[in-house]
Amino acid sequence: MIPHYGKVCLALHLSEQKVEELNRIANEIRRLVLVTVHKAGAGHTGGALSIPELLSVLYFDAMKIDPSRPDWLERDRFILSKGHASVALYAALCLRGYFGRECMCEFDRIDGRLQGHPDMLKTPGVDMSTGSLGQGLSAGIGMAIGRDRRGLDFTVYVLLGDGELQEGQVWEAAMYAGVHRIRKLIAIVDYNQLQLTGWTKDTLDIEPLADKWRAFGWDVLECDGHNVAEISETVEKAKAIESRPVVIIAHTLKGKGVSFIAGSVSWHAKAPTTEELEKAIEELGECEW
Amino acid sequence: MVKVGDMIAPRKAFGEALVELGKVNPDVLVLDADVGTSTQSSIFREAFPDRFYQVGIAEQNMIGIAAGLATMGFIPFVSTFAVFAARRAADQVAISVAYPNLNVKINGSYGGVPTGKAGATHQAFEDIAIMRAIPNIKVFVPADAVETRQVVFAAAEIDGPVYIRTVRCEVPVIFDEGYKFTVGRAVQLTEGRDVALISTGMMTYKALDAVKALKEKGISARLIHMPSIKPIDEDAIVAAASEIGKIVTIENHSIIGGLGGAVAEVLAERSPAKIRRIGFRDHFGESGDDEKVFSKYGVNTEHIIAAAVEMAAL
Repeated sequence: MIPHYGKVCLALHLSEQKVEELNRIANEIRRLVLVTVHKAGAGHTGGALSIPELLSVLYFDAMKIDPSRPDWLERDRFILSKGHASVALYAALCLRGYFGRECMCEFDRIDGRLQGHPDMLKTPGVDMSTGSLGQGLSAGIGMAIGRDRRGLDFTVYVLLGDGELQEGQVWEAAMYAGVHRIRKLIAIVDYNQLQLTGWTKDTLDIEPLADKWRAFGWDVLECDGHNVAEISETVEKAKAIESRPVVIIAHTLKGKGVSFIAGSVSWHAKAPTTEELEKAIEELGECEW
Repeated sequence: MVKVGDMIAPRKAFGEALVELGKVNPDVLVLDADVGTSTQSSIFREAFPDRFYQVGIAEQNMIGIAAGLATMGFIPFVSTFAVFAARRAADQVAISVAYPNLNVKINGSYGGVPTGKAGATHQAFEDIAIMRAIPNIKVFVPADAVETRQVVFAAAEIDGPVYIRTVRCEVPVIFDEGYKFTVGRAVQLTEGRDVALISTGMMTYKALDAVKALKEKGISARLIHMPSIKPIDEDAIVAAASEIGKIVTIENHSIIGGLGGAVAEVLAERSPAKIRRIGFRDHFGESGDDEKVFSKYGVNTEHIIAAAVEMAAL
């Protein structure tokens, strides 16, 4: 269930064709996530399925990147602070051309380049190692400060989970970035409402979320985290705000795209069986490869 | 001009060395969590205000920001009390810095007993153990002002995380200015045959005093100063074990996991020998004059002498 929220006014700048492409990619990310987690017999399915549209827009529309030069100094940076959704990031990187599809079978495998949680030393395209929740935003601030010291021009994106916002370090970082008006730093909250043991609101409610970020000196935007046109518009709007950090609260559904996974707490870290995978793929539609 | 015997606080030497380093390396930045006047990183702020970041009382965020700066090719030195660097921000040090092997230098100031009587909450007795157990981090514990300066410059030459432990109190300078610190290398300060003393950090000056007292008692002690706890100089330890066979370790830290632990590990695997560890024995400290705390907990010169006499008699 996607809750009601204040809708941003959208002047659609994406062509219908682009919207279709980004949706197709999001769907491909989902299929790749499910197949990969199934093969590995491990992975965080639910939280990976809530972010494919966000990743699709970032990696195939918004971000200034070059897959042939993952270390390009002037690239936009992306930090998956909710590192347990690594498999979705790997799927996006794979589809964007950072590595071949055959690499996906290295996920969670001994000697593999695709660790359970992102490892910047092992995986091309991973800008920061994460996995212990709450740490990504601080590193993002450091990258943004470093960028300005070097006189470079790029944007730093940090994707956080909603449950992750219960970590104190997130608010240390939020306070610092707000006070110092760290520019071109965009935090995105994957507000899928579920965490490992239950609903976020029952575990430790993070509301009023927008007010919290505003109080810390951030500009706050909200969007439907599964609507690529809306995400794209919101990201563009965020990029245009040069005076202070911006957070995008993306309303999402954990396990989105597969009926029996969506909104289910039991799929936080569960791999689908062969039967479940077949059912899931059938629901998602035809695979292109 | 620093002379042997001068009383200088290593924390002050640390701050001054940062300035010296900052002059020759523009990539050096310093981050503080509101203890800069205590750790003396404030000396750097005065010299390079635009390269000094005050993050407030938020050590975890400070470590993360440093990690991000390191990805941009800077050499951030984060400085706070050892208890906060090693305890409060341990996970950030491990995951945001050590795991990705980022070029962040961490200064744990106020190591061990001397904290201006702040007591147990501010006395780090486990920081060396924690830092030593985290992969990729090198751990240096300099003895005096001269060595502290050397360690700061050596840390900047290393591409990867380094933990530098400094102390608050004034400590006599034991090295002349020609001294050169080498990563992974012990420094033999005296030669002896009856017992081998292995000390680190500020305890080395106390060990030197002990060696003099032991000489008067007719006991000749080899004193090995161990500024590099990780990597540790295994060969110096093994040589002491095989040539003398009786070892006393001395540290301003818990005997669990610190210098004593590290030396015992090397001995157990490579060259078993008799060992006595002088340090804090699994308890918290307390407020009081530094010397009185050292004495109460059995970590002072007289305890080194007693342990060495006992070992030499074996």
